[in-house]
Amino acid sequence: MLSQDLNTILPEIILSLFAMGALLGAVYTVKDKAATLLVWITSGLFVALAFWIGTVGEEATTAFNGMFVDDAFSRFAKVTILLAAAAVLIMSQEYMAKRDLLRFEYPILIALSVVGMMMMVSAGDLMSLYMGLELQSLALYVVASLRRDSVKSTEAGLKYFVLGALSSGLLLYGASLTYGFAGTTSFAGIIDATSDGVSLGLLFGLVFMSAGFAFKVSAAPFHMWTPDVYEGSPTPVTAFFATAPKVAAMGLFARVMHDAFGNSVSDWQQIVAFLSVISMFLGAIAAIGQTDIKRLMAYSSIAHMGFALMGLASGTAFGVQAMLVYLAIYVAMNIGTFAFILSLQKDGVPVTNIASLNMYSKREPLKALAMLILLFSLAGVPPMLGFFGKFYVLQAAYDAGLAWLAVAGVVASVIGAFYYLRIVFFMYFGAEQDEQLDRSGSPILWGFLVASAAVMILGVINLFGIEPLAEAASLALVN
Amino acid sequence: MDNLLSITTFIPAIAAAILALFLRGDDEAAQRNAKWVAMAATAMTFLVSLFILFGFDAGNTDFQFVEERTWIMGFTYKMGIDGISILFVMLTTFLMPIVIASCWTVNSRVKEYMIAFLLLETLMLGVFMALDLVLFYLFFEAGLIPMFLIIGIWGGANRIYASFKFFLYTFLGSVLMLVAMVGMYSAAGTTDIPSLMGFPFGTDTFSILGIHIMGGMQTLLWLAFFASFAVKMPMWPVHTWLPDAHVQAPTAGSVVLAAILLKMGGYGFLRFSLPMFPIGSEVMGSLVLWMSAIAIVYTSLVALVQEDMKKLIAYSSVAHMGFVTMGIFTFNQQGLDGAIFQMLSHGFISGALFLCVGVIYDRMHTRDIDAYGGLVNRMPAYALIFMFFTMANVGLPGTSGFVGEFLTLMAVFQVNTWVAAVATTGVIFSAAYALWLYRRVVMGDLIKESLKSITDMTARERWIFAPLVIMTLLLGVYPSLVTDIIGPSVAALVDQVETAQAAYMPSTASVASH
Repeated sequence: MLSQDLNTILPEIILSLFAMGALLGAVYTVKDKAATLLVWITSGLFVALAFWIGTVGEEATTAFNGMFVDDAFSRFAKVTILLAAAAVLIMSQEYMAKRDLLRFEYPILIALSVVGMMMMVSAGDLMSLYMGLELQSLALYVVASLRRDSVKSTEAGLKYFVLGALSSGLLLYGASLTYGFAGTTSFAGIIDATSDGVSLGLLFGLVFMSAGFAFKVSAAPFHMWTPDVYEGSPTPVTAFFATAPKVAAMGLFARVMHDAFGNSVSDWQQIVAFLSVISMFLGAIAAIGQTDIKRLMAYSSIAHMGFALMGLASGTAFGVQAMLVYLAIYVAMNIGTFAFILSLQKDGVPVTNIASLNMYSKREPLKALAMLILLFSLAGVPPMLGFFGKFYVLQAAYDAGLAWLAVAGVVASVIGAFYYLRIVFFMYFGAEQDEQLDRSGSPILWGFLVASAAVMILGVINLFGIEPLAEAASLALVN
Repeated sequence: MDNLLSITTFIPAIAAAILALFLRGDDEAAQRNAKWVAMAATAMTFLVSLFILFGFDAGNTDFQFVEERTWIMGFTYKMGIDGISILFVMLTTFLMPIVIASCWTVNSRVKEYMIAFLLLETLMLGVFMALDLVLFYLFFEAGLIPMFLIIGIWGGANRIYASFKFFLYTFLGSVLMLVAMVGMYSAAGTTDIPSLMGFPFGTDTFSILGIHIMGGMQTLLWLAFFASFAVKMPMWPVHTWLPDAHVQAPTAGSVVLAAILLKMGGYGFLRFSLPMFPIGSEVMGSLVLWMSAIAIVYTSLVALVQEDMKKLIAYSSVAHMGFVTMGIFTFNQQGLDGAIFQMLSHGFISGALFLCVGVIYDRMHTRDIDAYGGLVNRMPAYALIFMFFTMANVGLPGTSGFVGEFLTLMAVFQVNTWVAAVATTGVIFSAAYALWLYRRVVMGDLIKESLKSITDMTARERWIFAPLVIMTLLLGVYPSLVTDIIGPSVAALVDQVETAQAAYMPSTASVASH
């Protein structure tokens, strides 16, 4: 039994061992000098693991008495997480090295948080859920304050930590209530206990746990930390926050809602729909006044999580499929957008003010064009991929009888389009300024930006075949 | 060739990609090359589209030149044309070379300008050819992007406001249509437009928040589509984005906007609202008739007091589009024929009028009517051409403007005499504002100092107007050129709508038509 169990979680074990080995090795030998190499090795390992997980394994298996689930759903989420993490690591390397931030702990902490995320999407039990969640969060609290001599960065780390601890507390309280009323911590046990309706105590547990998840996916009204943390953290870390952890948290949210509370969709559907609708509107409206592009992206991610939650709110297999497709597209868009943000600098100092983009298109026509494509994709304008993500979740919501949510969603997307257009306005419509951004740009960032924009356009042809994968994943979760 | 439609659609896009990827620099030679590539691409598109026109069998009311491929999410990539869409395709391919020629004097960011217009042509053609709901939406919506950039980058002083208003206004309209499309996909299980045309969407009356919705589901879907098409048309009272967009847009942008983009709304009514929601159309029909009549009179009166030439023509466009919606919602052959005819003729006439404004704007850099006067003394050729299109705009018999107005008025007279009476007064107002504009700009003595040295039209400008004059006259004296092609398809559509409306409870029929 044990060997089989270990076999199931082999990718996680490999990554953990790698992280520990790298830590020991780096501490005792070369320290920060090896950081660049370590970044490349870590991202190489991420990609290799993603390939392995993506190609091996057909049927669903569980390990450690159902504590750990390996099915198509977790594999889809894991591949997305690993690839996103690899992309962000590679993107951040040059930026951090230039600003003396590239410590060897950085790739190791990212690797550990990725282990946590993989654990999260594979959780089959409240214990393993919490373990994965905390491993992820603790690693992220540290990377948020990576720039130790910056007040904003340390503030971001502290804020993230305090509020994260609060949300973990909420989650734990909910988990303990659930355990108390269901008599078990395993999802399979909980779903059996709710086969004839959810008791009031379990409902409380469900609500508290949902609040905890909403914090992790930064859905309104639990989003307060997001803008500050996004703004304060070093930009590569922000890029990381905006991609992989979002997938993991949404995956975990969906996992718990369907695996543990799949019998009581009507009980949590209203909660999730509520989170969805206010996230969409808050993200759309609050971003309008922002002048800092990182804060703006924070609100944008809140709005996007609202859309992803719309898929989950429909409570169907198709809804989960829509959510997964949406997340995959969202991650691809954000990687390109952050590659663009990372490349913005004036005299070597990073710039995040939107107004500094004035007439960017005159000096860097192709970069501006790529960003234009990404912005329209983020706004959900066809023929970019972002539109298909929106179509998917709208369809899921409509089919589930949540037509009002679909209407609210499209109205919010029109409001949201305004601030994406505002960036276009600065890049294309403004007047020439004396103070200009640096022309230089690293080929890596440039490559990611263009690749991401190309993906947004070429994806129209067949969505790169992720549809059947997402469908298989959703069927593994919902049955 | 079985993918003639795709070829036609994507020639401009390919040219745009070539420009974007291979043309370097922004010197004079590069600018000239960009213009010639764009001109060649649009001309080639027009030539290829002639094959479609000649291969088209007008007697056949089915979709022709159909091509179909599977696509994502259960959608299909399906293109095809019938008698209703083919002339819009031809209008687009015919006008685009003229549009490109009209921006020959532009010299700022020419490459991007050409790319924007080429992409816009692809998207406009796609709108008229798409036979899949989502494919249609894709083209329909994507067209906002190049137009947004054209207004925002190359527009006038207040272009930022105009471009944002244009984008957000039309975006809001069309996302509601998107939800309706999701609903239709959900109900019918397909996004194939020909199949959806026969699909019976629910008509049972139900109530939401205490409001009884007659025609049920169909009315709701109709309203969602209406939100999009009415903004695009634009119909009173959601027309306010158009004057702003027109005034700020560069000349070529105004031409495309007035001549082609506005027609998407009318085309949408014919392609979606009527055949797919005949009951919804019937329930809301009389409302549309009255809105059209109000639009015709109200915007004509507004046009009378405009100080800006482009704004005046923009308001006149809204009035002329009022005839289109009025014709469409009479549900009879004359009305629909007239509506399509009016759209085509308006494409030539309003395009030409905006070009006329462009000619003097290029010289004087103002569109204030007061800044002009007595142009006839120094610009006789211009005065003649402007006169011709002013008369066509008024609807003088012998020009294409007359046929459309006459047919729609005749159709609406059979359906609702009061609407016809109100709308006909609009024709008088249109004569008033158009002739007054002409008098103030062209007639009289040339007393303004600044105009003393103005020059008449160059050869290039004259050549641009030649095809438009020919088409306006030709359609005016020989309208069956158009009605022969659209007739059978329109008859089939009218037949289908009538059958569906007759099958519906007769008691409600009185609501729409009395």
